[in-house]
Amino acid sequence: MTAAELTTRARPAHKAAMIRGRSWGPRVLAWPAALAGAGLAGGCITLKAPEEPIVIELNINITQEVIYRLADDVRDNIDENPEIF
Amino acid sequence: MRFNLNPVRPVIRSGLLALAASLPLAGLVLAVPAAAQRDPAYQAARSAGQVGEKMDGYLGIVSGGDASLRAVVDDLNIKRRANYASRAQAQNATLEEYAFTQGCILISRTQAGEMYQAPDGSWQPRGPGPAQRDPRCP
Repeated sequence: MTAAELTTRARPAHKAAMIRGRSWGPRVLAWPAALAGAGLAGGCITLKAPEEPIVIELNINITQEVIYRLADDVRDNIDENPEIF
Repeated sequence: MRFNLNPVRPVIRSGLLALAASLPLAGLVLAVPAAAQRDPAYQAARSAGQVGEKMDGYLGIVSGGDASLRAVVDDLNIKRRANYASRAQAQNATLEEYAFTQGCILISRTQAGEMYQAPDGSWQPRGPGPAQRDPRCP
């Protein structure tokens, strides 16, 4: 059985020469990264849930002006439809 | 209804205990004219603090709440929503604006012992003083 490829084989995305040629390559940066990793390994990062309940204000867009305009009708509504309140 | 709530009719009871139990309940109903219009199961749940008035103008179940109570609350909230929708349209307001305003007034009219939702979202029993309401409430 012969292997068939639809396209021609591409060259690898990374070339070893790119790493070696740079002065600020991973080899230089590896030291502080390793030190930071060692420091973190000793302790734990704890995430605490907030003490206060998270309130999502859904009615933020309702203005006091509108509420005052509707107040009388709302009071009438209770008198007219007491069975649903 | 479990007890005779009509204060005009002479109440003759076999036991003193039953009479004593009925008196505070009769006083409560007399103090709330709107309560006469309410479904007895809803009124009982309201007085017991199982059902409370929310800020958004709808009823909420505070605690417990079996399937039958949830059905009563859902039914009332559906009726409220339809009512708010038509009245909001007549007032050129949105459903949410109307419902929120209704919530303001319904919370202010809760009776002592009934539950309502405070601006921080928590359930609070209505005390002898005014209810905690949104600062925009009239």
